[in-house]
Amino acid sequence: MNIWLVFLLGGLLTFGMRYSFIYLLGRFEVPETMRRALRFVPPAVLTALVVPELFVRSGQIDVSLTNFRLLAGVAAVLVAWKTKNTLLTILAGMIVLLMLEFIF
Amino acid sequence: MSNKQKSFWAGVRAELPLLIGVVPFGMIYGVLALNAGLAPAPAQMMSSIVFAGSAQFITAQLIREAVPGLVIVLTIAVVNLRHMLYSASVAPYMRALPVSWKVLLSYLLTDEAYAVTILHYEQEESSPTGHWFFLGAGLTLWTSWQLSTAAGILLGTTLPESWPLDFALPITFIALIMPALKDRPAIAASLTAGVVALLAYGLPYKLGLMLAGLLGILVGTWLEERASPRAVSPRRARGPNGGTL
Repeated sequence: MNIWLVFLLGGLLTFGMRYSFIYLLGRFEVPETMRRALRFVPPAVLTALVVPELFVRSGQIDVSLTNFRLLAGVAAVLVAWKTKNTLLTILAGMIVLLMLEFIF
Repeated sequence: MSNKQKSFWAGVRAELPLLIGVVPFGMIYGVLALNAGLAPAPAQMMSSIVFAGSAQFITAQLIREAVPGLVIVLTIAVVNLRHMLYSASVAPYMRALPVSWKVLLSYLLTDEAYAVTILHYEQEESSPTGHWFFLGAGLTLWTSWQLSTAAGILLGTTLPESWPLDFALPITFIALIMPALKDRPAIAASLTAGVVALLAYGLPYKLGLMLAGLLGILVGTWLEERASPRAVSPRRARGPNGGTL
Protein backbone atom coordinates (compact mmCIF):
# COMPACT_ATOMS: atom_id res chain seq x y z
CA MET A 1 0.00 0.00 0.00
CA ASN A 2 1.21 3.47 -0.86
CA ILE A 3 2.57 5.29 2.21
CA TRP A 4 0.34 8.32 1.61
CA LEU A 5 -2.72 6.08 1.48
CA VAL A 6 -1.65 4.54 4.81
CA PHE A 7 -1.41 8.00 6.38
CA LEU A 8 -4.69 9.12 4.86
CA LEU A 9 -6.63 6.06 6.06
CA GLY A 10 -4.92 6.11 9.47
CA GLY A 11 -5.64 9.83 9.78
CA LEU A 12 -9.27 9.40 8.73
CA LEU A 13 -9.82 6.60 11.24
CA THR A 14 -8.18 8.66 13.98
CA PHE A 15 -10.30 11.67 13.10
CA GLY A 16 -13.39 9.45 12.99
CA MET A 17 -12.77 8.25 16.53
CA ARG A 18 -12.12 11.78 17.77
CA TYR A 19 -15.30 13.00 16.08
CA SER A 20 -17.44 9.94 16.94
CA PHE A 21 -19.20 10.99 20.15
CA ILE A 22 -18.91 14.69 19.47
CA TYR A 23 -21.05 13.96 16.40
CA LEU A 24 -23.39 11.44 18.05
CA LEU A 25 -24.10 13.43 21.20
CA GLY A 26 -24.96 16.42 19.06
CA ARG A 27 -27.79 14.45 17.47
CA PHE A 28 -29.03 12.29 20.33
CA GLU A 29 -29.71 12.83 24.02
CA VAL A 30 -26.92 11.73 26.36
CA PRO A 31 -28.19 8.72 28.35
CA GLU A 32 -28.12 9.41 32.11
CA THR A 33 -25.84 6.46 32.94
CA MET A 34 -23.37 7.61 30.32
CA ARG A 35 -23.44 11.17 31.62
CA ARG A 36 -22.53 9.84 35.06
CA ALA A 37 -19.80 7.58 33.69
CA LEU A 38 -18.15 10.33 31.64
CA ARG A 39 -17.05 12.18 34.77
CA PHE A 40 -14.58 9.34 35.35
CA VAL A 41 -12.84 9.58 31.99
CA PRO A 42 -10.21 12.13 33.11
CA PRO A 43 -9.13 10.46 36.38
CA ALA A 44 -9.17 6.96 34.82
CA VAL A 45 -7.58 7.55 31.42
CA LEU A 46 -5.04 10.15 32.50
CA THR A 47 -3.90 7.93 35.38
CA ALA A 48 -3.60 5.00 32.97
CA LEU A 49 -1.37 7.19 30.77
CA VAL A 50 0.90 8.27 33.63
CA VAL A 51 1.38 5.17 35.78
CA PRO A 52 3.44 3.08 33.31
CA GLU A 53 5.69 6.11 32.72
CA LEU A 54 6.59 6.07 36.40
CA PHE A 55 6.73 2.36 37.14
CA VAL A 56 8.01 0.74 33.96
CA ARG A 57 11.72 1.10 33.27
CA SER A 58 13.27 -0.72 30.28
CA GLY A 59 10.17 -2.83 29.84
CA GLN A 60 10.04 -4.05 33.46
CA ILE A 61 7.94 -2.91 36.40
CA ASP A 62 10.43 -1.37 38.83
CA VAL A 63 9.32 -0.42 42.34
CA SER A 64 12.79 -0.12 43.84
CA LEU A 65 14.44 3.02 45.22
CA THR A 66 16.69 3.12 42.17
CA ASN A 67 13.67 3.94 40.01
CA PHE A 68 14.21 7.70 40.14
CA ARG A 69 11.21 8.45 37.94
CA LEU A 70 8.94 6.77 40.44
CA LEU A 71 10.46 8.78 43.32
CA ALA A 72 10.21 12.03 41.35
CA GLY A 73 6.63 11.10 40.42
CA VAL A 74 5.74 10.64 44.10
CA ALA A 75 7.24 14.08 44.82
CA ALA A 76 5.16 15.53 41.96
CA VAL A 77 1.98 13.92 43.33
CA LEU A 78 2.62 15.47 46.76
CA VAL A 79 3.30 18.92 45.32
CA ALA A 80 0.30 18.72 42.98
CA TRP A 81 -1.91 17.66 45.88
CA LYS A 82 -0.67 20.41 48.23
CA THR A 83 -0.36 23.32 45.80
CA LYS A 84 -2.76 22.49 42.92
CA ASN A 85 -0.23 24.35 40.78
CA THR A 86 0.85 22.85 37.45
CA LEU A 87 4.11 24.73 37.07
CA LEU A 88 5.26 24.01 40.64
CA THR A 89 4.44 20.33 40.10
CA ILE A 90 6.55 20.15 36.94
CA LEU A 91 9.42 21.99 38.60
CA ALA A 92 9.32 19.75 41.69
CA GLY A 93 9.21 16.55 39.61
CA MET A 94 11.99 17.63 37.27
CA ILE A 95 14.24 18.99 40.01
CA VAL A 96 13.89 15.83 42.12
CA LEU A 97 14.64 13.65 39.08
CA LEU A 98 17.66 15.73 38.02
CA MET A 99 19.04 15.81 41.56
CA LEU A 100 18.68 12.05 42.00
CA GLU A 101 20.33 11.41 38.63
CA PHE A 102 23.11 13.87 39.43
CA ILE A 103 23.85 12.52 42.91
CA PHE A 104 23.64 8.79 42.16
CA MET B 1 -10.07 41.84 25.08
CA SER B 2 -13.31 40.00 24.33
CA ASN B 3 -14.29 36.91 26.29
CA LYS B 4 -13.51 34.79 23.24
CA GLN B 5 -9.97 36.10 23.09
CA LYS B 6 -9.55 35.72 26.83
CA SER B 7 -10.65 32.09 26.62
CA PHE B 8 -8.41 31.43 23.62
CA TRP B 9 -5.32 32.79 25.37
CA ALA B 10 -6.21 31.01 28.60
CA GLY B 11 -6.19 27.79 26.54
CA VAL B 12 -2.81 28.67 25.05
CA ARG B 13 -1.39 29.39 28.51
CA ALA B 14 -2.81 26.18 29.99
CA GLU B 15 -1.14 24.17 27.22
CA LEU B 16 2.30 25.79 27.53
CA PRO B 17 3.66 23.66 30.42
CA LEU B 18 2.93 20.50 28.43
CA LEU B 19 5.20 21.69 25.63
CA ILE B 20 8.29 21.04 27.80
CA GLY B 21 7.54 17.37 27.30
CA VAL B 22 5.93 17.53 23.84
CA VAL B 23 8.78 19.29 22.00
CA PRO B 24 11.47 16.68 22.71
CA PHE B 25 8.88 14.00 21.92
CA GLY B 26 8.21 15.59 18.51
CA MET B 27 11.92 15.85 17.75
CA ILE B 28 12.48 12.21 18.64
CA TYR B 29 9.62 11.29 16.31
CA GLY B 30 11.20 13.28 13.46
CA VAL B 31 14.54 11.53 13.85
CA LEU B 32 12.91 8.12 14.28
CA ALA B 33 10.81 8.59 11.12
CA LEU B 34 13.89 9.38 9.03
CA ASN B 35 15.74 6.41 10.52
CA ALA B 36 12.79 4.22 9.59
CA GLY B 37 13.41 5.12 5.94
CA LEU B 38 10.71 7.77 5.48
CA ALA B 39 11.54 10.76 3.28
CA PRO B 40 11.32 14.17 5.02
CA ALA B 41 8.00 15.14 3.37
CA PRO B 42 5.98 12.08 4.44
CA ALA B 43 7.67 12.13 7.85
CA GLN B 44 6.51 15.71 8.36
CA MET B 45 3.07 15.17 6.87
CA MET B 46 2.34 12.22 9.15
CA SER B 47 2.45 14.73 12.02
CA SER B 48 -0.38 16.72 10.47
CA ILE B 49 -2.42 13.92 8.83
CA VAL B 50 -2.38 11.42 11.69
CA PHE B 51 -1.43 13.92 14.44
CA ALA B 52 -1.14 11.41 17.28
CA GLY B 53 2.25 10.93 18.93
CA SER B 54 2.27 7.33 20.07
CA ALA B 55 0.56 6.09 16.88
CA GLN B 56 3.21 7.91 14.83
CA PHE B 57 6.04 6.25 16.77
CA ILE B 58 4.54 2.83 16.21
CA THR B 59 3.86 3.59 12.53
CA ALA B 60 7.49 4.58 11.97
CA GLN B 61 8.55 1.34 13.64
CA LEU B 62 6.20 -0.74 11.44
CA ILE B 63 7.37 1.02 8.27
CA ARG B 64 10.94 0.14 9.13
CA GLU B 65 9.88 -3.49 9.54
CA ALA B 66 8.09 -3.29 6.16
CA VAL B 67 4.77 -4.40 7.65
CA PRO B 68 1.86 -4.38 5.12
CA GLY B 69 0.00 -1.06 4.86
CA LEU B 70 -3.35 -2.41 5.93
CA VAL B 71 -1.85 -3.77 9.15
CA ILE B 72 -0.34 -0.34 9.84
CA VAL B 73 -3.71 1.37 9.28
CA LEU B 74 -5.45 -1.03 11.68
CA THR B 75 -2.67 -0.59 14.23
CA ILE B 76 -3.08 3.20 14.12
CA ALA B 77 -6.82 2.75 14.71
CA VAL B 78 -6.37 0.43 17.69
CA VAL B 79 -3.64 2.55 19.29
CA ASN B 80 -5.91 5.60 19.00
CA LEU B 81 -9.04 3.97 20.46
CA ARG B 82 -8.80 6.04 23.64
CA HIS B 83 -9.72 9.12 21.63
CA MET B 84 -13.29 7.82 21.54
CA LEU B 85 -13.35 8.18 25.33
CA TYR B 86 -12.06 11.74 25.03
CA SER B 87 -14.67 12.42 22.37
CA ALA B 88 -17.47 11.16 24.63
CA SER B 89 -16.03 13.13 27.55
CA VAL B 90 -16.01 16.55 25.85
CA ALA B 91 -19.10 15.95 23.67
CA PRO B 92 -21.73 17.09 26.23
CA TYR B 93 -20.02 20.51 26.39
CA MET B 94 -19.92 20.87 22.60
CA ARG B 95 -23.47 20.01 21.65
CA ALA B 96 -24.53 23.49 20.61
CA LEU B 97 -21.49 24.18 18.42
CA PRO B 98 -21.72 24.41 14.61
CA VAL B 99 -20.42 21.42 12.65
CA SER B 100 -17.34 23.31 11.45
CA TRP B 101 -16.24 23.90 15.06
CA LYS B 102 -16.91 20.28 15.97
CA VAL B 103 -14.82 19.04 13.05
CA LEU B 104 -11.94 21.41 13.77
CA LEU B 105 -11.85 20.65 17.50
CA SER B 106 -12.15 16.90 16.84
CA TYR B 107 -9.05 17.09 14.68
CA LEU B 108 -7.25 18.84 17.54
CA LEU B 109 -8.41 16.36 20.22
CA THR B 110 -5.12 14.88 21.45
CA ASP B 111 -4.19 13.56 24.92
CA GLU B 112 -2.56 16.88 25.76
CA ALA B 113 -5.34 19.16 24.49
CA TYR B 114 -7.98 16.95 26.10
CA ALA B 115 -6.32 16.98 29.52
CA VAL B 116 -6.36 20.77 29.90
CA THR B 117 -9.67 21.33 28.09
CA ILE B 118 -11.77 18.89 30.13
CA LEU B 119 -10.41 20.46 33.31
CA HIS B 120 -11.53 23.87 32.04
CA TYR B 121 -14.96 22.57 31.01
CA GLU B 122 -15.48 20.92 34.40
CA GLN B 123 -14.41 24.00 36.32
CA GLU B 124 -16.52 26.42 34.26
CA GLU B 125 -19.58 24.34 33.54
CA SER B 126 -21.55 26.96 31.67
CA SER B 127 -18.75 28.88 29.99
CA PRO B 128 -20.09 30.00 26.58
CA THR B 129 -16.56 30.43 25.24
CA GLY B 130 -15.15 27.04 26.32
CA HIS B 131 -14.58 26.09 22.68
CA TRP B 132 -12.19 29.03 22.31
CA PHE B 133 -10.18 27.66 25.22
CA PHE B 134 -10.14 24.25 23.48
CA LEU B 135 -9.01 25.91 20.24
CA GLY B 136 -6.22 27.80 22.01
CA ALA B 137 -4.94 24.64 23.70
CA GLY B 138 -5.36 22.52 20.55
CA LEU B 139 -3.63 24.95 18.18
CA THR B 140 -0.75 25.48 20.60
CA LEU B 141 -0.15 21.76 20.74
CA TRP B 142 -0.62 21.35 16.98
CA THR B 143 1.87 24.10 16.14
CA SER B 144 4.53 22.87 18.52
CA TRP B 145 4.08 19.29 17.28
CA GLN B 146 4.60 20.37 13.65
CA LEU B 147 7.59 22.56 14.52
CA SER B 148 9.27 20.00 16.75
CA THR B 149 8.79 17.32 14.07
CA ALA B 150 10.43 19.67 11.57
CA ALA B 151 13.27 20.37 14.00
CA GLY B 152 13.89 16.65 14.44
CA ILE B 153 13.87 16.11 10.67
CA LEU B 154 16.08 19.12 9.85
CA LEU B 155 18.59 18.75 12.67
CA GLY B 156 18.60 14.97 12.51
CA THR B 157 19.35 14.92 16.21
CA THR B 158 17.33 15.07 19.37
CA LEU B 159 18.07 16.85 22.59
CA PRO B 160 20.74 15.06 24.65
CA GLU B 161 19.35 11.89 26.19
CA SER B 162 20.76 12.90 29.55
CA TRP B 163 18.10 15.63 29.66
CA PRO B 164 15.07 13.78 30.96
CA LEU B 165 12.66 16.29 29.39
CA ASP B 166 10.26 13.54 28.29
CA PHE B 167 9.46 13.17 31.98
CA ALA B 168 7.78 16.60 31.96
CA LEU B 169 4.75 15.12 30.17
CA PRO B 170 3.72 12.51 32.76
CA ILE B 171 4.26 14.93 35.64
CA THR B 172 2.14 17.56 33.92
CA PHE B 173 -0.60 14.97 33.64
CA ILE B 174 -0.20 14.32 37.39
CA ALA B 175 -0.92 18.01 38.01
CA LEU B 176 -3.98 17.79 35.74
CA ILE B 177 -5.35 14.60 37.34
CA MET B 178 -5.34 16.06 40.86
CA PRO B 179 -8.39 18.36 40.49
CA ALA B 180 -10.40 15.42 39.07
CA LEU B 181 -9.87 13.43 42.28
CA LYS B 182 -12.59 15.25 44.17
CA ASP B 183 -14.43 12.32 45.77
CA ARG B 184 -14.10 8.62 46.54
CA PRO B 185 -15.52 7.25 43.29
CA ALA B 186 -13.10 9.42 41.29
CA ILE B 187 -10.15 8.34 43.43
CA ALA B 188 -11.22 4.70 43.05
CA ALA B 189 -11.48 5.17 39.28
CA SER B 190 -7.95 6.58 39.23
CA LEU B 191 -6.47 3.83 41.44
CA THR B 192 -8.18 1.07 39.48
CA ALA B 193 -6.95 2.48 36.19
CA GLY B 194 -3.42 2.82 37.57
CA VAL B 195 -3.25 -0.76 38.84
CA VAL B 196 -4.77 -2.23 35.66
CA ALA B 197 -2.46 -0.13 33.48
CA LEU B 198 0.49 -1.81 35.22
CA LEU B 199 -0.96 -5.33 35.21
CA ALA B 200 -1.92 -5.05 31.53
CA TYR B 201 1.23 -3.21 30.51
CA GLY B 202 2.39 -6.09 28.32
CA LEU B 203 -0.65 -5.92 26.03
CA PRO B 204 0.18 -4.68 22.52
CA TYR B 205 -1.20 -1.56 20.76
CA LYS B 206 -1.75 0.35 23.99
CA LEU B 207 -4.70 -1.93 24.71
CA GLY B 208 -3.63 -2.01 28.36
CA LEU B 209 -4.28 1.73 28.51
CA MET B 210 -7.73 1.29 26.99
CA LEU B 211 -8.59 -1.59 29.33
CA ALA B 212 -7.34 0.36 32.36
CA GLY B 213 -9.36 3.42 31.37
CA LEU B 214 -12.56 1.44 30.84
CA LEU B 215 -12.25 -0.52 34.09
CA GLY B 216 -11.49 2.68 36.01
CA ILE B 217 -14.60 4.33 34.58
CA LEU B 218 -16.64 1.22 35.40
CA VAL B 219 -15.48 1.09 39.04
CA GLY B 220 -16.06 4.83 39.51
CA THR B 221 -19.56 4.65 38.05
CA TRP B 222 -20.40 1.57 40.09
CA LEU B 223 -19.25 3.16 43.37
CA GLU B 224 -21.19 6.30 42.61
CA GLU B 225 -24.35 4.33 41.84
CA ARG B 226 -23.95 2.53 45.17
CA ALA B 227 -23.53 5.81 47.05
CA SER B 228 -26.16 7.73 45.05
CA PRO B 229 -28.71 9.91 46.91
CA ARG B 230 -31.08 6.94 47.06
CA ALA B 231 -28.85 5.46 49.78
CA VAL B 232 -30.29 6.21 53.21
CA SER B 233 -27.19 5.60 55.31
CA PRO B 234 -25.91 9.04 56.41
CA ARG B 235 -22.37 7.69 56.37
CA ARG B 236 -22.69 7.44 52.63
CA ALA B 237 -24.38 10.79 52.19
CA ARG B 238 -22.31 13.11 50.06
CA GLY B 239 -21.26 16.56 51.17
CA PRO B 240 -22.26 19.75 49.33
CA ASN B 241 -19.12 19.53 47.23
CA GLY B 242 -19.88 15.96 46.32
CA GLY B 243 -16.99 14.86 48.50
CA THR B 244 -16.78 12.58 51.49
CA LEU B 245 -13.15 13.37 52.27
